[in-house]
Amino acid sequence: MIFQESDSCTECSLGSATPISRRAFIRRAAILSASGIVLLGPHAWAARSLDGAIKRRLVVVFLRGAVDGLNVVAPHAEPAYYDARPTIAIGRTGASDGLVDLDGYFGLHPALAPLESQWRDGTLAFVHACGSPDPTRSHFDAQDFMESGTPGIKSTQDGWLNRALAAIPGTHGPTEALSLGPTVPRILKGKAPVANIALGRAAERPMPMDRPVIEAAFDRLYAGNDSISRAYRDGREARKRLMSELADDMAVANGGAPSPNGFSDDTDRLARLISRDPTIRVAFMALGGWDTHISEGAANGQLAGHLKPLGEGLASLARLLGPNYQDTVILVISEFGRTMHENGNGGTDHGHGNVMWVMGGPVKGGKVYGKWPGLSPGSLYQERDLAITTDFREPIAAVLRSHMQFSDAQIDRVFPGRPCSSGNVDGLIKV
Amino acid sequence: MVSEEAKRDQILHVLNRLGFGPRPGDFERVRAIGPDRYVQQQLHPESIPIAPDLTERVNQYRTIHMSPIALFLEYQRPIMQARMATRAESGSDQASIRDATKDLRIRQRIVMREAVEARLMRAIEGPRQLQEVMTAFWFNHFNIFAGKGLDNIWTGVFEETAIRPHTMGKFRTLLGATAHHPAMLFYLDNWQNTAPGSPGSKGKFEGINENYARELMELHTLGVNGGYSQADVIALAHILTGWGLPKPGGERMQGAAMGRFYPFMRRRDNFWSPRAAAVGSSGFYFDADRHDFSSQNFLAHRIDGDAVAQGERALDILASSAATANHLSFKLAQYFIADDPPKALVSRMADRYLATDGEIRAVLETMLTSAEFQDPRYCGAKFKTPYEYVVSCVRATGVPVSNYRPLYGTMQMLGMPLYGCQTPNGYANTQDAWLNPNAMMARLSFATALGSGNLPLENPPFEEAADGGAMRREPAVVPRDGGGKVRFNFGADPARPHGPRMTPPDPTQLAATLGNHFSPSTANAVQASPAQLRAPLILGSPEFMKR
Repeated sequence: MIFQESDSCTECSLGSATPISRRAFIRRAAILSASGIVLLGPHAWAARSLDGAIKRRLVVVFLRGAVDGLNVVAPHAEPAYYDARPTIAIGRTGASDGLVDLDGYFGLHPALAPLESQWRDGTLAFVHACGSPDPTRSHFDAQDFMESGTPGIKSTQDGWLNRALAAIPGTHGPTEALSLGPTVPRILKGKAPVANIALGRAAERPMPMDRPVIEAAFDRLYAGNDSISRAYRDGREARKRLMSELADDMAVANGGAPSPNGFSDDTDRLARLISRDPTIRVAFMALGGWDTHISEGAANGQLAGHLKPLGEGLASLARLLGPNYQDTVILVISEFGRTMHENGNGGTDHGHGNVMWVMGGPVKGGKVYGKWPGLSPGSLYQERDLAITTDFREPIAAVLRSHMQFSDAQIDRVFPGRPCSSGNVDGLIKV
Repeated sequence: MVSEEAKRDQILHVLNRLGFGPRPGDFERVRAIGPDRYVQQQLHPESIPIAPDLTERVNQYRTIHMSPIALFLEYQRPIMQARMATRAESGSDQASIRDATKDLRIRQRIVMREAVEARLMRAIEGPRQLQEVMTAFWFNHFNIFAGKGLDNIWTGVFEETAIRPHTMGKFRTLLGATAHHPAMLFYLDNWQNTAPGSPGSKGKFEGINENYARELMELHTLGVNGGYSQADVIALAHILTGWGLPKPGGERMQGAAMGRFYPFMRRRDNFWSPRAAAVGSSGFYFDADRHDFSSQNFLAHRIDGDAVAQGERALDILASSAATANHLSFKLAQYFIADDPPKALVSRMADRYLATDGEIRAVLETMLTSAEFQDPRYCGAKFKTPYEYVVSCVRATGVPVSNYRPLYGTMQMLGMPLYGCQTPNGYANTQDAWLNPNAMMARLSFATALGSGNLPLENPPFEEAADGGAMRREPAVVPRDGGGKVRFNFGADPARPHGPRMTPPDPTQLAATLGNHFSPSTANAVQASPAQLRAPLILGSPEFMKR
């Protein structure tokens, strides 16, 4: 034998994630949660979590690449929709692979059928012809504006979701804001600390840093007050907390059968974390693959292939949140819509207005909100795209006001210079 | 009189910025010739000899030296044929099509693995470090995503032929090489961009596709505030109609399977006809039948109809624009100097760009010999990207690498899979983009595994890791989902059941390689730690997070 068998030397191996370290890890986690006060550090967040009033939360799902909102919630009552999209329009309600009718005028893409029950039970709403007033058709600028919350202003340093958290008085714990993914997105950049965890099952795998001896050695290097040291300490605290919650759950998860798709895997993990950690106030995840310039497809095809796991994941999130669904609002946003007419390659190019999805117990759903501008040539934006009649900040402000119980002054801090209310989304959140 | 300490800082600075940090012996080599001379050498990579052994090992990667068409014929066409044959036999049942093509798809994975290994091998071992930095820089500037369709076989050759040879020449040449490369035309959909009503307009090739035209201005040349309008995007899209790929028709066998992509099944022009030779093996094909020959008003220029020359003229205009000079100078200065680079320097670089007709080497020289470059406040001021962190760690240890999986797996875990950026803007290189709590945990876990000799870097290359004579399956390098889902972990390499194999780095040697340049707190922490944790602490130190 030239080299060692993998399990012959696990206890002294620094690099490998050993069964011992995992058991120790879970044991430690159990002790900590048994004490009732979990990892009380320099932040007073654990104490906050005991306050039952603070549990309303907001989940934002960003569809990067500009999802084609006209095929997500399609105006099937408008002949112009079918005229403009000879090969990619979704068939009318009742046709095979046709739209799921919502209100006699709009229909839902059939790949989103898993969300039909949320629509029927009144916890799913849409805001159509919604978006950013900035005219850019650059993905990157438009995403930037939608995440900074200040369309047209590039100098904004932080993201609106971070400002929303910071607008809540008091100190903020390391897991109040949670991002799923290896980097922290623009929307969560800012003063309030943000925890992030890897996507997929890698999020639950132990790493060398989970071992106390290694952690202790690095603690000495990152004791300062510079940004890297702060990221280090936030990472250490958040990882301990999140991993102990996931590890507890793993024990009952029966080996953790993989989900039917990767997105559900992540939404399921998010639901578990929210259920176990009442301090999580905002969470964020992003999905790519919506930039359908070619071969977009109709009821089946590229867009449908992306919508299906999204719909399944969101339905699964709603289910697994259990009672916490009543305190959670989930927003699905995208930087802009796509051209009304399909292009020469069976796809759509960068457009303007889009549809925003609003889901959760507090939502007064079963309704398509907004002011529909229509698809006649004169009502299109620059004669090619769905116009915007509702600024994207309006429905978010409504969620912050009625669900997160923000004052107008707090909302102004989240969206400085936001437009006056159009009244288009009145009643979106139950009061 | 320059102090010893300032000299040492300058030596480390050029090694960190013109390359991916010191390897054992580099510090002494630069000290011997002086940092200024090192900069001049690196600006002329052709003057730096490459060890024959390295050249030989790079040349063993066969697929990065193949033409796009040869790659298509060897690795993609058999999959299409198998798909076609299965469809003819058992209909369009997805499961049987998947089964029928499985082995061929696994066979295809070697193409991406070779691209990744050839890149990392030269970044880690190559003496022409600035060339390696610039190759990564320009690839990222003209980013394509290897997980998208045919770019799975074309990404390596795109970098090898359209990027690497042009990293320090005229920007116009580099721009032209990318604009003509099938990997770019496929990635940004221009291969389908068609003049409406043109003789070749039908099926999926029926009209204008703005995607490439927009990104060509927004990302590749002028920059998002570079003064173009939506009308310019549309005009440029018209100018670029017909710029695309050769059509692989001709064989009955291809039939419907290929027709979904290529509706024109004329015998001439196909990949393996005599005419293909005239098209060239580059894989670029201009389809006059789908081109819009009418005059276009583009950025206040009138561009008259003369086939492919219209596009060349548009590229000339873009490459010589002051907006492009500013955009590129800013990006270079942001990479080499600071996240928020000094404006005066950017402006001098842009002037040099315009004065030299866009010569990249001249712009680099202005920057690398500037007072700003040597300003101590910018030394060690750039937070390394995951790519830079991983490559610099391996360089510092000097460990010979034969198995690259743990390296690209770590980059994937840190959110920067090589060739796995889905969007055309490429990866950021600022601290803001990469410093986050989870990243610190993952970086330090990597530093611990590498520093304690627990990564299987010296294991045999994949094909030779046979167990009882059975060949293992080639794992996917760049997943189609862009690498968001991490399959790698520091514990075990699923392709290798045996334990890690590498020589643990010697902490004293490692410290010397890095010029013994540590803050008192790092030095104390290293001293106070058990011997096997010293190398991990050095690689995981705050100073090594930066360059």
